[in-house]
Amino acid sequence: MSNISLLEIDGISKSYPGVIANENVKFTIKTGEIHALLGENGAGKSTLVKTIYGLVKPDKGLMKLNGNLYSPNEPRDARSCGVAMVFQHFSLFNALTVAENIALGMESSPRIDRLSSKIETISIEYGLPINPEKMVGSLSAGEQQRVEIIRCLLQNPKLLIMDEPTSVLTPNEIKTLFSTLKKLKREGTSILYISHKLEDIRSICDTATILRGGKNVGTCDPKKENVRNIAEMMIGETIKIPKKKSTISKLIALEVDCLNWVPRDSSQKQLKNISFKLLKGEILGIGGVAGNGQDELTEILSGEVLSNKNTIRLFDNPIGDIGINKRRLLGLLTAPEERLGHAAIPDMDLIENTNLTAHTREKLVKKSGIIDWRKTQEFAKNIIKEFDVRTPNAKVAAGSLSGGNLQKFVIGREVLQKPVVFIVNQPTWGVDAAAASSIRQAILDLASTGSAVIIISQDLDELLELTDNFMAINSGEMSQKINTQGLTVDEIGLMIGGTGTYWKRHD
Amino acid sequence: MIRLEKRLQPSKKWTSITPFLAVLATMFVGGIMFWALGQDPIEAIRIIFWDPLFNPQFASYARPQILVKAGPLVLIALGLSLGFRANIWNIGAEGQYIIGAICGAGVGLAFYPSEGWFIFPLMVIAGALGGFLWAMIPAILKIKFNTNEILVSLMLVYVAEKILISVSLGLMRNPEGGGFPGSRNLQYYKAASNPELISGTGMHWGVLVAIALTCLTYIMLTKHTLGFQIKISGQSNKAARFSGTNPSIITAICLGVSGALAGLAGLFEVSGPSGQISIDFNVGYGFTAIIVAFLGRLNPFGILLAGLLMALTYIGGELAQFMLGLPAAAIQAFQGMLLFFLLAGDILTNYQPKFTYKKRL
Repeated sequence: MSNISLLEIDGISKSYPGVIANENVKFTIKTGEIHALLGENGAGKSTLVKTIYGLVKPDKGLMKLNGNLYSPNEPRDARSCGVAMVFQHFSLFNALTVAENIALGMESSPRIDRLSSKIETISIEYGLPINPEKMVGSLSAGEQQRVEIIRCLLQNPKLLIMDEPTSVLTPNEIKTLFSTLKKLKREGTSILYISHKLEDIRSICDTATILRGGKNVGTCDPKKENVRNIAEMMIGETIKIPKKKSTISKLIALEVDCLNWVPRDSSQKQLKNISFKLLKGEILGIGGVAGNGQDELTEILSGEVLSNKNTIRLFDNPIGDIGINKRRLLGLLTAPEERLGHAAIPDMDLIENTNLTAHTREKLVKKSGIIDWRKTQEFAKNIIKEFDVRTPNAKVAAGSLSGGNLQKFVIGREVLQKPVVFIVNQPTWGVDAAAASSIRQAILDLASTGSAVIIISQDLDELLELTDNFMAINSGEMSQKINTQGLTVDEIGLMIGGTGTYWKRHD
Repeated sequence: MIRLEKRLQPSKKWTSITPFLAVLATMFVGGIMFWALGQDPIEAIRIIFWDPLFNPQFASYARPQILVKAGPLVLIALGLSLGFRANIWNIGAEGQYIIGAICGAGVGLAFYPSEGWFIFPLMVIAGALGGFLWAMIPAILKIKFNTNEILVSLMLVYVAEKILISVSLGLMRNPEGGGFPGSRNLQYYKAASNPELISGTGMHWGVLVAIALTCLTYIMLTKHTLGFQIKISGQSNKAARFSGTNPSIITAICLGVSGALAGLAGLFEVSGPSGQISIDFNVGYGFTAIIVAFLGRLNPFGILLAGLLMALTYIGGELAQFMLGLPAAAIQAFQGMLLFFLLAGDILTNYQPKFTYKKRL
């Protein structure tokens, strides 16, 4: 990284009717640096990069590229000045090959065979393996992104803008992407990296500019700042660190004994020999990479899928063969991972969504089968109040709430029913920092009142922060239960991978 | 340039406005079609929508016919709407209507010529049961083997039509009918007939039952947990299961109830306006009811209004054929337009049109 500035953004403002998208934004991207643009949804990141790429004309302010005034009228101008962009949503034709797709986007494309060999050269040089003859429709999201990157690299860009590049990638694909970005950086290409994932930014960015409400609220070195500070700058309020009081008793709240389950269709994971005991007041974390049996385990514990009578016992009552509503009456409640379409129905309002799971335990349905909508509405309002769900009223469709607010509603709906055992899958997935911290606090508070909690999560920091004990899940099997205190992220990583000392395989 | 922007939630206002817009658009485009056929469009529209109700010459005949036609349409559409809400597509109401009529009429004919107050109620039960059982065939196949209820229920319409022909010619043929196909006319068998209750209105037991069931269905859908379960099943299977709803039971209830109501409609028709089981007993109410269900927005009171409107276009259409010599196909196209515009209008409930001027920046 040098100290020569490549792009200076000086006082850019842009407003739309009713909203100020950018207000006097100033920062400088240096040659050969990876510069992060951070901010929550609606902070003005997209408007700013569209301005740089020539899709939006600013109301005020100017930009300088290499010291010269830079005001692109359209993306073509931006590209000819050496600014390229990879969008979050790809613009590729599925029925065309990689090379044909790339040729389509070029101002003057060479012959396909020559282009193919050029693509191959670049793909080898930058570690972006791709076959130019393959149909785009058959590629994974990560491979499609590579096509977009190669398309940009063919123009020898000086500045590469990447909008939320990791949102569609697997962990391995993220690694490949990051090594490509580092190589580009060594060659002197600057990268403007837009994301709200703090961890990504800390691992590869040199500088971070943080936007909030359209304004630049700070520029920092993300590697030196701690995550909480950056998150607080993003949301503009202090995040409370969840506090925990341990209240584990000796009573066994939930016992799973030799759970074996064979799925009916191949998209599901088989569960093998799962046994554990959950104590009253305990928070048990179950960690693993997505698709190792977490969803199946959640559905079997919740009662959506039935198993053998004696494999699941709630305070020594066998409940393995009874359905979800009877389990709810006994106090076992669940919040599944998928908010829209599983935990809540997007097109129905919050009152109806309250009735969705609270009907039995809160007695929202009379004996005659008539729904007590007034009582349901009161309970919905209570959830909204207690969990600070930001919504104009309870008659709003669940799908129109932001992810964080809907998750607060989903968790609140179960927690306020006072579960004896609460199972939650990915409690803070895709949720903004402020909502995540309040959800975590709610889970800790619940446990301190004596409820037993299982948190199934892929967020290892969350598991370390919240749980008393930890188990890893891998290919439908579970490790031994160990105390979370003293565990490091590395140790957990090994356990999740299915290796280490805490595995007893029953092959 | 017009751009469509997805609404955060479907607009309730537009949900109720679009049916009226659809009627207006149908009148307009239908008028153009009639004009292209060489007719005065305004006169044609007037004959279809106005004359059956208010023309002194035709109204005395046409007005009662509206209730006679609307009764079965509403009855069948109410049942179908339950399934449609739950994503269970019973397309075979026509078959259930036929079987209901055969079973109901069968009971009545079995008692001929004895008198008794219990005969008609027994026929009603038999009609509902016949339609119910016929609809349980696709229901059980779907629950047990995950077959497609659309195909199975539709195919069973053709089976039912064949059974209808068979009984009209054989089992139920009127022994005093001089060898003509068709059963005894139940209108002349007092204990088994479903007469016009108030003379000159077309009101018969089926119409009363349709109105009562409209209210009942409305209460069930808005207040009862079963209605709520039907609604959530249509929105998301996973969420419904999470709520504790058993999808097999919902499938059975939706198909069973729609079958029973179609069967009832068939029974009231065969014992009333039609009078007898005959080869051409069914006239497509089971299929038209699909349009009625959607035109009424799957809302019970909407269905009541849509049934009346649809009946009006039937009667008015016949009148237009008779008065202006319009081809029957033109009337069918006219009715088809109604559904087309209604479905097209749906875009306004889910999307908001935005008028933008493309600015060159």
